Amino acid sequence: MGTIALVGNPNSGKTTLFNALTGSNQHVGNWPGVTVEKKEGKFKYNGNIYNIVDLPGTYSLGAFSEDEIVARDFILRGNSDVVINVVDATNIERNLYLTTQLLEMGVKVIIALNMIDEAKAKNIQLGIKALSKKLGVPVVPTVASKRKGIDELIKETVGLIDEKMSLKPTISYGDKIDGEIKSIKRFFTDKTLEYPPRWIAIKLIEGDQYVHDLVTEDKDLDSDNEFRDILSRIKENDEDYELEIVNRRYEFVKDVTKASVIRPKEAVKTITDKMDKILIHKYFGLPIFILIMFAMFQLTFVIGEDLLGEMMVTVMDALAYAIEIFLININSPAWIIAFTTEGLIGGIGAIIEFIPLIVVLYMLLGILEDSGYMARAAYIMDNIMRKLGLQGKTFISMIVGFGCNVPGVMATRTLESKKDRMIAILINPFMSCGAKLLIYLVFIAAFFPDSGGLVLFIMYFTGILVALIMGKVFSKTLFKGESADFIMELPPYRKPTLRNVLRNIWDNVSEFLKRAGTIIFAVVAILWVMAVLPVGVEPYGAESVLGKIGLFIAPIFKPAGFGTWQAAVGLFSGIAAKEAVVTTLGMVYAGVGEGTELISAIQNAFTPLTSISFMIMTLLYTPCAATIATIKKETNSVKWAIFAMVYTFAIGWVMAVLIFQIGRLLGFN
Amino acid sequence: MNVSLAQLKSGEKGRVERIHARRCAAKRLYEMGFNIGADFEVVKNDMGPVIVSLFGNNIAVGRCLAQKIIVKQSN
Repeated sequence: MGTIALVGNPNSGKTTLFNALTGSNQHVGNWPGVTVEKKEGKFKYNGNIYNIVDLPGTYSLGAFSEDEIVARDFILRGNSDVVINVVDATNIERNLYLTTQLLEMGVKVIIALNMIDEAKAKNIQLGIKALSKKLGVPVVPTVASKRKGIDELIKETVGLIDEKMSLKPTISYGDKIDGEIKSIKRFFTDKTLEYPPRWIAIKLIEGDQYVHDLVTEDKDLDSDNEFRDILSRIKENDEDYELEIVNRRYEFVKDVTKASVIRPKEAVKTITDKMDKILIHKYFGLPIFILIMFAMFQLTFVIGEDLLGEMMVTVMDALAYAIEIFLININSPAWIIAFTTEGLIGGIGAIIEFIPLIVVLYMLLGILEDSGYMARAAYIMDNIMRKLGLQGKTFISMIVGFGCNVPGVMATRTLESKKDRMIAILINPFMSCGAKLLIYLVFIAAFFPDSGGLVLFIMYFTGILVALIMGKVFSKTLFKGESADFIMELPPYRKPTLRNVLRNIWDNVSEFLKRAGTIIFAVVAILWVMAVLPVGVEPYGAESVLGKIGLFIAPIFKPAGFGTWQAAVGLFSGIAAKEAVVTTLGMVYAGVGEGTELISAIQNAFTPLTSISFMIMTLLYTPCAATIATIKKETNSVKWAIFAMVYTFAIGWVMAVLIFQIGRLLGFN
Repeated sequence: MNVSLAQLKSGEKGRVERIHARRCAAKRLYEMGFNIGADFEVVKNDMGPVIVSLFGNNIAVGRCLAQKIIVKQSN
């Protein structure tokens, strides 16, 4: 038994290694900041089971951002027996900076020197043994993506658990700082704050606010005058000290790598350099980005709907028919038959038909992500984002929001400034998630079957546009001040692996099915009950409870052109989950509904113009319950969660009304 | 001669001399490899962030920040 933690720089292949070790299927992206929360898995070796925890990728173990604190705390609290430090072999010098901090934490460390194949391609010569000797920790070369070196790594890691802690090299920070370390260290024992005394001393000298707060909270220490004097003495110089400490660490790294890492005189020009010449070109970069997004939605539509969608409809129809016959044959009670055919098949069936589209979209997004292009998108967008008072990295959380707003909101953790983070959280709900996609698909099928890709592109693009405009508004009003500076790694382009792309599809589709089986099922059940009560009314009629609720809300949406009780109920249930909008429409319009019936019902109930204003409303209005809960968690404030609910609704309503009214003036209907 | 990183053109090489940014930004730069004395090559500097190759990895640095990184141009 034992617990092993994985630590490393963003994009060092940590998550890929995690998957290789556990045989699990965590999501990997070729861009920094994919893992913002720790993920756990297990592996078996010699009959024993070991826990393995993938910590967020960080450049350092300071208290710079949320994800660094998560990683640091996990290691320091002694939660792991061994730390595997994943080091990118093509970039050892920088990666070892993190290692120097691990060495000071008093934990057992083993280095997985990853991507040695890429290092070889770049003509970098590595002396593994020399490296290991200088660092005082075992070093195992690996290629996680090809599962090379994994067995050796497991063997060494497991062996390390029972071994005694080896003596690590101590970095000297020069007489002055070393003296300060000594004077602080003696106030602490191993027990004082759960953290090693030398580490605490270094952090205090570096001016680490988090540790400083911890120390001053300790009553014994805080009442010790001598200790307080030392603290304030350090405080005066901590900026100089911090720089000196960084420099000394790099000097240590230089000394370590001097003999063991030899780079070629002239860096090998890689395919990445050539591709970047075009893809992030001064003038072509942005048009290419827009073109790629546009092509993505076109392809999604052509493959997902035109080729596979028809097939799915046929399958679903046959299935629905078979289930109904089966239920009648086994003499099920009438209400079960009604619930199944009207509620389940009408409701959930309406969304199942769109699975091929979801598969194709996530396949394409997965390929883009895996290729390393997303980091370039952030780079290209930084210029525009900056003019709006935001920054390029915010765009990454927005793209994650395309999948689902919940991880989108969580991805904002990599933003360092509070201002950037709050804005990024508040605008994320405008990003069109996979569930909203379903809504557009239904309306596209009803009104714009020939220009589906274009309509999708417009919807996604409108979402981005509104998010950016609101970002600008927020940065001028609620969250003034400077945006954090843009610093981002541009990882090398890599060929997307089938494994990763399949995983991306599976993650999203399984999540979708899980939701269909739980929350959407619950929504359908509740709606069905409301639709048939009180006893005696015509099911799904205006007189049912559901109808009355809808009639009550409906007038609000009259100016937007869709003031029917059915549309109102659909939007209402969409606050539980966005997929529920389609399921609800499927139930209330078609009753017993296969896709085609739902679509013809929608053709009768909406016009092309109101279908657009309705789609815009669903794009922008109040996010689903899961997203609201995540906003509450990430902002740690009920106030902001409520704000997010209300202001998005207002924006959605205003936009829908504008579109309907202006469209009508222009003579559309 | 000391200039800011933003003044170097694509293809030019240099060495980090000083960083005049806010403390937290400076720290992040150090941690990502822009420590004092680090050698680098400018990959792209035309608009938006400046892309720098450091130890063989490309890092994009916002233009504002690049102006605060004082470098010594090497030949």
